[in-house]
Amino acid sequence: MPQDQARLQGAIALTRFGMGARPGEIDAIAGDPKGWLRAQALPQRIPRPAGEFPSAQDRLTALGEYRRQVQEIMRPANAPAAAAPMAPAPAMAADDNGIPAAVRQSARALLIQTGQEYLASFQLAATTPNGFAERWARFWWNHFAIGISKIVVAPVAGSFERDAIRAHAFGRFDEMLVAVESHPAMLLYLDQAQSVGPNSPVGQRRREAGLNENLAREILELHTLGADGGYTQADVTEFAKALTGWSIRQPNLPPRLYTGAIDGPHGFAFVPAIHEPGTRRIMGRSYQQRGGDQTLAILSELAAHPATGRKVARQLAVHFHSDTPPASLIERLEAAWVRDGRRLDSLALALIDAPEMWEAEPRKFKRPEEFVISGYRALGLAPQRMEQLQPALVALGQPAWAPPSPEGWPDEAAAWAAPDAVIKRLTWAQRYSELAVRDQSPVALAESALGPRLTDQTRSAVRRAEDRAEAVAILLMSPEFQRR
Amino acid sequence: MSTPLSPARLALTRRLWLAGAAGVALTAHGRMAWGATQSDRPKLVVIIARGAMDGLSVVVPHGDRDYVAKRGVVAIKPPGEADGALPLDADFGLHPAMTRLHGLAVAGQARFAPAVAIPARLRSHFDAQDVLESGSARLYGADDGWLNRALSVSGGSRGLAVGTQTPLILRGPVQAASWSPGGPTRTDDRVTSALMDLYANDALLGPALTAGLEVEVEAAMATDGLELRRNNVEGLGEAVARFMIAEDGPDVVTLSLDGYDTHARQGAAQGVLANQLRIQDRVIGGLRDGLGETWGRTVIIVATEFGRTVRANGTGGTDHGTGSALILAGGALKSGGLVGDWPGLSDGALFEGRDLAPTADIRSVFKGVLRDHMGLDRTALDTVVFPDSGEVAGYAGLV
Repeated sequence: MPQDQARLQGAIALTRFGMGARPGEIDAIAGDPKGWLRAQALPQRIPRPAGEFPSAQDRLTALGEYRRQVQEIMRPANAPAAAAPMAPAPAMAADDNGIPAAVRQSARALLIQTGQEYLASFQLAATTPNGFAERWARFWWNHFAIGISKIVVAPVAGSFERDAIRAHAFGRFDEMLVAVESHPAMLLYLDQAQSVGPNSPVGQRRREAGLNENLAREILELHTLGADGGYTQADVTEFAKALTGWSIRQPNLPPRLYTGAIDGPHGFAFVPAIHEPGTRRIMGRSYQQRGGDQTLAILSELAAHPATGRKVARQLAVHFHSDTPPASLIERLEAAWVRDGRRLDSLALALIDAPEMWEAEPRKFKRPEEFVISGYRALGLAPQRMEQLQPALVALGQPAWAPPSPEGWPDEAAAWAAPDAVIKRLTWAQRYSELAVRDQSPVALAESALGPRLTDQTRSAVRRAEDRAEAVAILLMSPEFQRR
Repeated sequence: MSTPLSPARLALTRRLWLAGAAGVALTAHGRMAWGATQSDRPKLVVIIARGAMDGLSVVVPHGDRDYVAKRGVVAIKPPGEADGALPLDADFGLHPAMTRLHGLAVAGQARFAPAVAIPARLRSHFDAQDVLESGSARLYGADDGWLNRALSVSGGSRGLAVGTQTPLILRGPVQAASWSPGGPTRTDDRVTSALMDLYANDALLGPALTAGLEVEVEAAMATDGLELRRNNVEGLGEAVARFMIAEDGPDVVTLSLDGYDTHARQGAAQGVLANQLRIQDRVIGGLRDGLGETWGRTVIIVATEFGRTVRANGTGGTDHGTGSALILAGGALKSGGLVGDWPGLSDGALFEGRDLAPTADIRSVFKGVLRDHMGLDRTALDTVVFPDSGEVAGYAGLV
């Protein structure tokens, strides 16, 4: 392979498949870009954030303590007059009115820990030599998105990323599906933890308790089949009944509720007392399993459904190739999905081997978070403080672990390239460059970040800039750096 | 399970985290040549309440004898009782958190459609929002937004979106500008001019940067003297209003409000939903205050993708439903009663036995406003703005 062609492939591997090139990386892998990618598609090579983090169980205990404090403080006798709603809403609602400092303090403590976990993950993305594995894991996170704007999710959001997503990212889809849907973060985010079967022992005793169909619907619509996957409202309700009992232990509830409960990993508990008994019928199939196994059987069936493979193949192509990927690429991925039994490492290899992925033209517009990550990588840096990172992400429209809905972050340029969004990127690029640039040559940085993808126009605009910070801001905002 | 596990979504904590990006994702929009001079051009604000706003808690049918029985813990009490609805007429009231809107209703400047829906029966937020915003009768029927197409047939004009993401309703042939609070950038420096050169042939970034820079200049005026902290909802409404009343300012604005997906602990007069409605009420109030005399030429529409189940679910919330309420406000409105019929909440009246049955296609309201307020002609409305919608007549008598 001619030298330039090899370096172009290296640049594509690092920027399109990976999270961006750090100085020196393009030259380092130009000898064998595909080999570099293939070597990452192994379960044991998935990057894990550095440091020791509390387990999901420990964090749930902290959450329970926080909730106990809130109940204590918000008890009518202590609460300030009528102005204080029992359940103040998110966002800009009632200022801090009626929220005692003690509650604020413990909420802050919960969130600071989550912020550190997000920062560790972000630092990993900015520094890892396995950028493809990192992007792959992040793709799956977004496929199964959760959001910490529901505060109960925040304590277990770090564990969700590490234990449900990263741990399974090159394993079997079926296993990742079970790990995700049984993780407390998902059970809390989509209201599953408190869903009660109407004919369960608890449902019979407490008439006001009952089903919540949120998780059932989103599993069908977002995590597996897709909205056009052929299920009906009746299927959603049946699935919601099967899911009852998939929950967590709540320290503030009477222990007898948990008689016969089966504990799972990361704080999951199957609670028989709230499980709807009986056979379920979903999309023409009967599920006669008892207890928590019923949902396992349904998830297994959903994972194997052809509609799930089609949806995953399409989403992968949209994320890695372009907003309008060629049918040939989607078919290739779908075929690998079927052929290799929904093994995600095989799926990754099929993506690497797809010729469509190696076309020179960059067609994907970076989302804000990956733009910022690649900006740190281009300069060989990593953010050090959440207090600085989070405001930037908020301004850019992609706050930490808080997508607008269970659908996750949008993946199309149309959602991210609004005029205001481009202005916000420019603002960040200028501030970051002023703080970050030391004595590197901007042209050398541009070469190492983009390799042969760097255009003559951008190279000369970088060279013409009057100072280093200005030059780097132009590099980061250049059309080729904004895309991959 | 006496205490539902997923509890209070605390205002303050979310703000700590997101620096307040939460409840309000704003989108405002467009300068349009509607064939009138700035001093008398009509103004339109479209607010999308994302997540499926529970219309039965907004426009409260307290006169319907099934209401309290079916709604249970999420029912709003009738007017006159403590925490009761604010009275609209003999049978309907407004959620008690929406005091500004109620004042407008009393003055004949707010009206309500109690049971409208998009034309497709979908219970996916994302699919239903696509239909709501694309203006098509079916999913994937159009890949741009009806408000953008309304701009395009109005005679070629400029748009403004406030928010970091462009919502589908504003995507399309007309380049919509956008703005969100977050500090000015230096728009005249060398970096900007270098980028304008680099973007010369970039169909995505070139027009976006140009539009963004123009808006930054206006934003400096629009936000002058306003303290735009992220939780200052009225201030945001006022800033958007100042864009609209500026010389050559936008005539069409859209805002997105989120947080309406109340599956658990929805609450009634207080609670998760009440707080979201209070935010909405404050945004409308801020717009009203900021628009000044332009208010008399303004219509605000609040629409959502679908409603929520009539019966509360087992976790003190409501699940995805069908019909929901639509809100109209503005000094340009004709006073009048409810927009569209009330289907009732008896068992036999419900859609699929669980949802409020829609009595009107939401597009009929949009069309009525675009025709009678913005002056779009019927052919354009039936073919371009809302493709193949000739059978859906624009609602008459709103403006």
